[in-house]
Amino acid sequence: MGRCMGAIKAENLQKKFGNVVAVDTVSFTVEEGEIFGFLGPNGAGKTTTIRLLTGMLTPDEGDVTIDGINIRSNPMEAKMVMGVIPEAGNVYVDLTAEQNIHLAGRYYGMAKNVLEKKSDHLLSTLRLYERRQDPVRTFSKGMKQRVSIACAIVHSPRILFLDEPTEGLDVQSRRLVIETINKMNKKGSTIFLTTHNIEEANKVCERVGIINQGRIAAIDSPEKLKSTFDMTQTLEVSFDKKVMKDFFVSDYISKIDMCGDKWVLHTDNPDQAVKHIVSAADKKGLRIVSLTTCGPSLEEAFVRLTGDEK
Amino acid sequence: MIFPIFIRGIIVTTEKNIRIYYKKAPVIIFGLLFPLFMFASFYMGRDIDIAIFFPGFIAMTLFFTASSVGPLITPWEKQAGTYERLLSFPVSINTIILGDVLAGSLYGVIITSIVVAAAAVFLGFAIVNSVVTVIALLLGTLCFASLGVALASPSVRSPSHVMMFSSLIRFPLIFISGIFIPLQELEGAGRILSYLSPLTYLVDMFHAGLDGTSVFPLGIDFLALFIFTCGFLMIANFFHKRNLIRGL
Repeated sequence: MGRCMGAIKAENLQKKFGNVVAVDTVSFTVEEGEIFGFLGPNGAGKTTTIRLLTGMLTPDEGDVTIDGINIRSNPMEAKMVMGVIPEAGNVYVDLTAEQNIHLAGRYYGMAKNVLEKKSDHLLSTLRLYERRQDPVRTFSKGMKQRVSIACAIVHSPRILFLDEPTEGLDVQSRRLVIETINKMNKKGSTIFLTTHNIEEANKVCERVGIINQGRIAAIDSPEKLKSTFDMTQTLEVSFDKKVMKDFFVSDYISKIDMCGDKWVLHTDNPDQAVKHIVSAADKKGLRIVSLTTCGPSLEEAFVRLTGDEK
Repeated sequence: MIFPIFIRGIIVTTEKNIRIYYKKAPVIIFGLLFPLFMFASFYMGRDIDIAIFFPGFIAMTLFFTASSVGPLITPWEKQAGTYERLLSFPVSINTIILGDVLAGSLYGVIITSIVVAAAAVFLGFAIVNSVVTVIALLLGTLCFASLGVALASPSVRSPSHVMMFSSLIRFPLIFISGIFIPLQELEGAGRILSYLSPLTYLVDMFHAGLDGTSVFPLGIDFLALFIFTCGFLMIANFFHKRNLIRGL
């Protein structure tokens, strides 16, 4: 199947809890094989949206189609093609890692021999094989999350939903999770990912949707979103000796901030600004310890779109 | 395609519940130890013919065992954060409810069968009508397992709160259902109240099966237990759906 068919289609989704509109006429399409990031501040409606998409909640209005299957009329069939790592998706701590994965596989009707083979493979890939017979209650948070991921992908779902999958994890576990997401995507799975980590979304996602107060604020590729809002770039520079703010004053530098042991300089003309700094440092006999140019960030676009800029 | 997924979901949920929840302390305390202590406190030190009260004791054992698993599962899953994962599998609320009911029923059937068999072998109790006894066992266990699941309906995350609530509902029933005072001897308000308790009809059915004496015709006992089972399942379905994401 080509990428023209939408793997996930949300049409005018609306969900109210009492008088509070949690999700308000949300529509988007995630193409087959795409990694789609879903960002938003706390309480923006991310988790409610993912619960509507995965059939856990029924929308008050609107429809969700998963791989061409309407989730409202055929929830079981739609759930068979998806894997979900919910926000509060803990695994059973009384069971071992292996038992948890087998339990998940049995819900999807996997044959015993296929399930055992897949379970062993996942346990090895996620570096849990040696601990497969241990109860999950003895695991660290990162290990539990890896078991959770194994449970969600044991049946090789065509569509994978992840709600904050790297929240609170150590660096190694976070990398392993991202690596697994990328592997699943390379094998053809569509990925729908919500995260607070904007840089993570920037690195992993082909497109991101930003939700704010229950409404979609923007949907585009990270690069396009970044360029929409700010053409200003920043330079980060540090020297071997202390310098004062007026050292940087130039027509090419619009704003000067000190950030730790570095100076952050905002400029519309990075070429001239860099030349100015190098020349001034040379005149004063200063050695440049580091000099980095940074483009507009997705975080900046996010803050602008969600209206949180102070 | 939906029906096999539905049946598979019930079976896997039942297995999961058996593996995880049968060993939990509240299930052992309220399901096994409690009926034993209740009977011991009633029987010991008194000059009572145990044969007269045996059907009531069996009904009480079944009532407590079958209804001890259900109230625990959903609050425990919500507290542990596994409920949302469970809902993400190809299951519906009905799959989960029926899996919980089946797990409670099996627990009730196993424990009660052991008690009946032990009483028959060691105490020499005869079973007058084994077919009626088996029907009472199966229908009663389904009925009270459904009651257990219905008792899990409040949207709390704490299993201890639900156990308190379920005790509040379950305990009065054993005093108005002909277990400690035979139905024939109940009069006035006690008699009327006994008609409202599903346990009354199970006690009566066990009397019919174990010693051949019963107050109501068998059809009435059967129908009453069937209606109560359907009612408990409907209540469980309504409240579990309404409180689906509360406490997540």
